[in-house]
Amino acid sequence: MKKNMSFTKIALIGVCSGFLNGLFGSGGGTVLVPAMVFLLGVDEQKAHATAIFVILPLSIISSFIYFKNNFVNWPPALIVSAGGMIGAYIGAKLLNRLTPRALRIIFGASMVAAAIRMVF
Amino acid sequence: MLLFLISILSGIISGMGIGGGTILIPALTIILKLDQHIAQSINLISFIPIASVAVITHFKNKNIDFKLSPKLIVSGIIGAVAGSILSSFMSSEVLRKLFALFLFFMGIYEITYKKDRE
Repeated sequence: MKKNMSFTKIALIGVCSGFLNGLFGSGGGTVLVPAMVFLLGVDEQKAHATAIFVILPLSIISSFIYFKNNFVNWPPALIVSAGGMIGAYIGAKLLNRLTPRALRIIFGASMVAAAIRMVF
Repeated sequence: MLLFLISILSGIISGMGIGGGTILIPALTIILKLDQHIAQSINLISFIPIASVAVITHFKNKNIDFKLSPKLIVSGIIGAVAGSILSSFMSSEVLRKLFALFLFFMGIYEITYKKDRE
């Protein structure tokens, strides 16, 4: 599946993912992976790996801007980093990329529920 | 302790390839009552060590597209700077509601997600 990879298209995808990741402090990869798969025709496994490689420097820059604006609270950030690494290791061992559809539906539903809860 | 448990859970979810941060942030604001900006910065910072380890693994497995990534990184930096600055100008209330909207659509995407192989 080779698709047109014009520079404008790639740049637009990059700007949008970076913007959302900076604005919401998350979600850059969630947008970047399907954009690469559906708009650029990148193989799904490669898209996942490339997205992490791309979002990493963007998150470093965004973290720095959040830090400059005093939005960083170090103790919980360090605890979450440690817990997150343990969890990510377990998650990667548990299931390698082939996430069952049922799990996605459960997490998707939790996200929708949390979204509604956050508005009210 | 609760914070540590939440972070392990969201780490497991990200390790499985579903957006972990998108669920970590509402957990931090709803359960631990953290401020929206602080919750977002926690996710950004914790992503750095986790992603670094993942990048090494993906690099060894030759899964990273090095032709595409420089263009995405350069354009992404422009977006990241703009998004982070815009975020810093917003009140936590407004940002929280906007985030909820984003989360809602991400959730719908996860629910309707279908892999070709399945």
